[in-house]
Amino acid sequence: MNPQQQRVVSVIVNGREYTGTVPTRKTLADFLRQDLRLTGTHVGCEHGVCGACTVLLDGQPVRACLLLAVQAHGARLETVEGLAAADGTLHPLQQAFQQCHALQCGFCTPGLLMTLKAFLQENPAPTAEEVREAIAGHLCRCTGYLHIIAAALQAAAQLRGERA
Amino acid sequence: MSHRYIGASVVRREDPRLLTGRGRFVDDLELPGMLHMAVCRSPYAHARLRAVHLEAARQSEGVVAAWSYADIADISRPFPMFLSHPALKAKMYEALARDVVRYAGEPVAVVAAQDRYLAEDALQRIVVDYEPLPAVASLAQALAPGAPCVHPDVPDNVAAHFAQSVGDVAQAFAGADYVHELELRMQRGCGHPIETRAAVAQYDPFEETLTLWATIQAPHRMRRALAALLDLPPQRVRVIAPDVGGGFGPKAQLHPEYVLVALLALRLRRPVKYTEDRLEHFLATSQEREQLHRVQVAFNRDGTLVGLRDTMYIDVGAYTPAGVITPLITQTTIPGTYRLPHLHLETYVTFSNRVPMTVVRGAGRSQAVFVMNRVVDHVARTLNLDPAEVRLRNFIPREAFPYDVGLLYRDGKPMIYDSGDYTACLHKALEIFDYPAMRREQEAARRQGRYVGLGMATFVEGGGLGPYEGAVVRVEPGSGRVVVHSGAGTQGQGHETVLAQIAAEVLDVDLAQVEVRTGDTAGLAHGMGTFGSRVAVLGGNAVYVAAQQVRAKALRLAASLLQVPPEEVGWENGRAFVKREPARGYHLGELAHVADIGMGFGMAAPHPEWEPALEATHYFKAERATYASGVHLVAVEVDVETGQVRVLRYVVVDDCGRVLNPLLMRGQVLGGVCQGISEVLYEELVYDEEGQLLTGTFMDYHLPTAMEMPAVEVDHVETPSPLNPLGSKGAGESGTIPAQAALVSAIEDALAPLGVRLYEFPLGPRRLWELIQQARSA
Ligand code: FES
Ligand code: FES
Repeated sequence: MNPQQQRVVSVIVNGREYTGTVPTRKTLADFLRQDLRLTGTHVGCEHGVCGACTVLLDGQPVRACLLLAVQAHGARLETVEGLAAADGTLHPLQQAFQQCHALQCGFCTPGLLMTLKAFLQENPAPTAEEVREAIAGHLCRCTGYLHIIAAALQAAAQLRGERA
Repeated sequence: MSHRYIGASVVRREDPRLLTGRGRFVDDLELPGMLHMAVCRSPYAHARLRAVHLEAARQSEGVVAAWSYADIADISRPFPMFLSHPALKAKMYEALARDVVRYAGEPVAVVAAQDRYLAEDALQRIVVDYEPLPAVASLAQALAPGAPCVHPDVPDNVAAHFAQSVGDVAQAFAGADYVHELELRMQRGCGHPIETRAAVAQYDPFEETLTLWATIQAPHRMRRALAALLDLPPQRVRVIAPDVGGGFGPKAQLHPEYVLVALLALRLRRPVKYTEDRLEHFLATSQEREQLHRVQVAFNRDGTLVGLRDTMYIDVGAYTPAGVITPLITQTTIPGTYRLPHLHLETYVTFSNRVPMTVVRGAGRSQAVFVMNRVVDHVARTLNLDPAEVRLRNFIPREAFPYDVGLLYRDGKPMIYDSGDYTACLHKALEIFDYPAMRREQEAARRQGRYVGLGMATFVEGGGLGPYEGAVVRVEPGSGRVVVHSGAGTQGQGHETVLAQIAAEVLDVDLAQVEVRTGDTAGLAHGMGTFGSRVAVLGGNAVYVAAQQVRAKALRLAASLLQVPPEEVGWENGRAFVKREPARGYHLGELAHVADIGMGFGMAAPHPEWEPALEATHYFKAERATYASGVHLVAVEVDVETGQVRVLRYVVVDDCGRVLNPLLMRGQVLGGVCQGISEVLYEELVYDEEGQLLTGTFMDYHLPTAMEMPAVEVDHVETPSPLNPLGSKGAGESGTIPAQAALVSAIEDALAPLGVRLYEFPLGPRRLWELIQQARSA
């Protein structure tokens, strides 16, 4: 593989279309952070374990450190920057994270929010055990997770209330 | 007073930006023309550097510079140590290894290139000629006769040896009913914030100023060190710690990469970024925990402790960047909550060919608490007494405070516990746990052949370490906004919220009116940093006193403007007014305006007593450490076929003095407990005999996930510290400190029917299974 090889990538990120030329070896995480300047997606391990880099690709959580930008060509991506409403109103998950003190340094948080967003769409009324399993692919060194679980349950309740 | 914030569970003001992807982490910073640094590291734990060939790397695409020691020899010198100690044979590294590398991962060369990919490409093209030397790969090996030496002028690998005594141990031992010996050990672990180390350096030739943005805990210390190492006046160096993605100790240390990135920026006149990857974090970011203790304990038939002798061995790795801080902390934390009139504590600090040991959350205390609580459990088991009962019999009683332990603490001051009520803490925890009922459940489980155990550990944590921390509180003219600058950076503890709570309450203004800036050397001339559970104590009280000074100044000014004596001026809602005529008064913003430009058109001081600028700077100095305390109670079940441990219940009762924000306090405790549990059950750094790290990824070194975290019940006892106006003690580490001891206590209790005794951690399934097998076949 020629490391300098470039290719055109088009993606829709948080509803906006971007087209750019990237080296084929560039990770999706670096593409989002460096080329698109969407620095809310964080990189904690670069080997697929910590989950900090999680974004949604066509609605599914993926690890942006394990994907190349070129693999996302044609995809619809969602990152933490697109979670709040256009008018700035925080998503119920974001509100619940603040109220339950589910973040400390906040470095792991964007990845967790994206995983939970997809999870609550799939399972709007989870048990605490199900939430634990849903976020088992994320490492957080600060919180000890319990407040994150509480926040996910609270957000789920709020989301259900809004739908009803 | 209408704005009461101190002690309230206020949600954090830093959250909205962190939740929306607008956090400001160092790696998010992008500057025009910025280069990226990559580090070539030694693959050997110990080797002589014969030659470093950089020609090919320099030709590599996008490379602007490639340096080895030769390229920085004109300025390079050993790094300054944070704290020296008369007993220590200090050894410090330079920014790049000079002629010998002493741990695998030590920086040998650096490359600066257009981007990180190209910089890492260039690393592949560096050729280093090493002559491998025999390595010291463990504490045991460091002490073995005929071991290789890490530093030629320290032939026995002993970096320091010091001791402290209280009472007369020999006599106490002679009169005791029992004297038993135990050996206890702990392995290395690391801090692992999810954000690895990162820094951006920029030299501005116009301002002649070097700016370093770095993920660190102690910006002012970094500035002092950078100025000294780069021959710059300190006022020309600005260090900023923006949002920091977790600290846990290692980010308070002066690692070589920060100096390299600054030096590259200085010499290349271009901004330079360095972001460490996780493998580098494993290899080259400082670690902690490994110790060996040989204890002799003297006790009587009734379970009272008479005396204790501890010889402790602690390995600092290849260099001594943190001096003997951790060894000293461990040594002095040994007695803990217990009355021990006769003590002899001896410490040997050794060198090995591993990355330096500094501090990790709980720094040195977890090990001491482990040692002492295992000893107390041993006494209980020997005498067939209940472990809670033995603790109650040996606690320092409430009436004894302030209590002089008789030792010198790591701050060099007599170790005097300021306040505490250990009996109340334990009683409260036992009550929440419903201890008698839990014991009955344990009995029932045992009859069913299940291995259920109850364990506990008590601790004292010397925190709030000095010498000082500062704060500026400033009121903006007109708007009346209150700006607070604190020298201590934040790594997620919520200082922006807690410090605002303090200022808002003192000035009786809305929280939204207060803005807190932390971690920037430009905000405040001097500072120490965030470590040793000190910010709530020193930083918090600095804001408290500075805000009070601002308020007093505002009152004086108002009195002179209103032409009434000061005692007739009231204060409410950030407004000074005449008490019997409340309509006459001035808001903070108006007062700040008068304090800024004076009055009238003459720009003259309006009044002989007029004081300019409605602001105050206060450096709060710690007279001596504060001592938080507490107890953890745990119930576990062990699967004896697999060595798996399941935590059934976990209760924490602690006393951190006055709690400033219970919600954030709970967050600190939960995170701390998670880390402590993890150090027993999941985390272990394994090195082979050549000093090669075998656990260098998150696939090999396990951090706990939500699946592993048990429910935790948290409660408090509050004995405010008499040493500071807020009555606070440190809280950042108390969740971690006793967790290892409490958990191991419970595991041993679960396995008591098999006669398993546990004097070590970690105890992952493999090791625990091994010990269970040994006990069964014995
Ligand atoms: S950075 Fe992608 S999983 Fe850790
Ligand atoms: S909040 Fe710091 S890693 Fe999760």
